[in-house]
Amino acid sequence: MTAGVPLVVMEDVNKSFGDLQALKDINLSVDKGEVVVVIGPSGSGKSTLCRTINRLEPIDSGRILIDGEPLPLEGRALARVRADVGMVFQSFNLFAHKSILKNVTMGLIKVRGMSRAEAEDKAMELLKRVGIADKAHRHPAELSGGQQQRAAIARALAMNPKLMLFDEPTSALDPEMIKEVLDVMVELAAEGTTMIVVSHEMGFARSAAQRVAFMDGGRILEVSPPEQFFAAPQTERARDFLSKILAH
Amino acid sequence: MEVLLDNLDSFAIGIRNTVALSLASFAGALAIGMIIATFRVSPVPPLRAAGATYVETIRNIPPLVLIFVFFFGFPTIGIIYSPFVSAIIVLAVYTAAFVGEAIRAGVNTVARGQAEAARALGLTFPQTLGLVVMPQALRSVVPPLGNLFIALVKNTSLASTISVFELTFVSKRLITDTAQGLLIFFGTAIAYLLLTLPAGWAVGRIEKKAAFQR
Ligand SMILES: Nc1ncnc2c1ncn2[C@@H]1O[C@H](COP(=O)(O)OP(=O)(O)OP(=O)(O)O)[C@@H](O)[C@H]1O
Ligand SMILES: [Mg+2]
Repeated sequence: MTAGVPLVVMEDVNKSFGDLQALKDINLSVDKGEVVVVIGPSGSGKSTLCRTINRLEPIDSGRILIDGEPLPLEGRALARVRADVGMVFQSFNLFAHKSILKNVTMGLIKVRGMSRAEAEDKAMELLKRVGIADKAHRHPAELSGGQQQRAAIARALAMNPKLMLFDEPTSALDPEMIKEVLDVMVELAAEGTTMIVVSHEMGFARSAAQRVAFMDGGRILEVSPPEQFFAAPQTERARDFLSKILAH
Repeated sequence: MEVLLDNLDSFAIGIRNTVALSLASFAGALAIGMIIATFRVSPVPPLRAAGATYVETIRNIPPLVLIFVFFFGFPTIGIIYSPFVSAIIVLAVYTAAFVGEAIRAGVNTVARGQAEAARALGLTFPQTLGLVVMPQALRSVVPPLGNLFIALVKNTSLASTISVFELTFVSKRLITDTAQGLLIFFGTAIAYLLLTLPAGWAVGRIEKKAAFQR
């Protein structure tokens, strides 16, 4: 980890949906090469936090900087930033009408301007890496959830992103498929990929994260290293939350 | 019966012109309708408003009135086209309002996550629409577009009011010439059926094909 160089900075970020304030005075800085796991109860704003970082949700006030640059408001400049920020969704969101290979090459060809041949080589390499090269010519609906999520990770990685956002990447998966996705993520973390991961997988947090951010009611209540967070959470709300997820 | 057989060549011309009117104005309606739908789902509020205004204005005026406005009214402001071209333009503009709504409804059937994944990848709005959303939307749009085509074929009969030599115009002519109203209109109805029934059948075929490719 090249310590101390912030890649993502969120300053006093606020975001409301109508009357409901989903994010309240969020301040968070994530260094290059760092892995931050975000946890918290349902509705606490974890997804919203993730989605403001590539501006799938615009914010009401505050600032978000990526690599020192404020997020562009819209248009091509915003599209360029998004190309550098990979996102993996809970429901995979693979393009349903395209083969797995075409899912991975689309960004390379249409955004990066790569030739088809070059893009396909790179895509096959990534599909091999996540262990689904044999599914390249299948459509998403023909794959298991775990395979789809690995394809979605390959699609995001193809863009050589500076940052990867994961919004509950394993929570729609059957238990036996969770591990195959987490293994890929642990490997990415070990390679120094900067990652913000919304997940309740404590095993992953312990083995891959430098810090855990605990959210509740739209606020980040606590940010600490995983050993410390899981052993001795500082806030009552975090203790409460942990006792609930550990109980089950 | 004889009166139908004797005038087959007139009918043939009428049918040919009805087909030409239908195909040309449907092509125009698809093109304009696609633009309207794009406006209506665009992130830019003025474009959305423009799209909505078009749809609400055009589809709430009887198409016959639109034809009269265009053919008899617009020449006073210097816009003059032949009856045939006028009919194509008006039918295209009219049908486009419905096509636009059908495509928009199709866009809404595509899961939100599809467009989000496209944007997250760095695709621009037009790329997101053209590469990810529209191809998936068009599948569910085939049946309503088929219905709109059939409605359009029937609406081409309105062109007879501005003397376009299409099927309805031909039959009105023949009735004045031969005074055999019942038979001639019967023949005309059959001719319209011969045009619209295969269209319905073709839509069913395309729909099946689109379903398999999913
Ligand atoms: N598009 C939206 N429109 C209106 N309200 C929204 C929208 N998205 C999120 N919210 C609300 O904002 C709050 C935070 O939602 P968010 O999805 O960020 O929570 P979360 O922590 O990810 O929850 P979960 O664990 O259930 O995924 C919730 O109360 C939610 O209902
Ligand atoms: Mg969520």
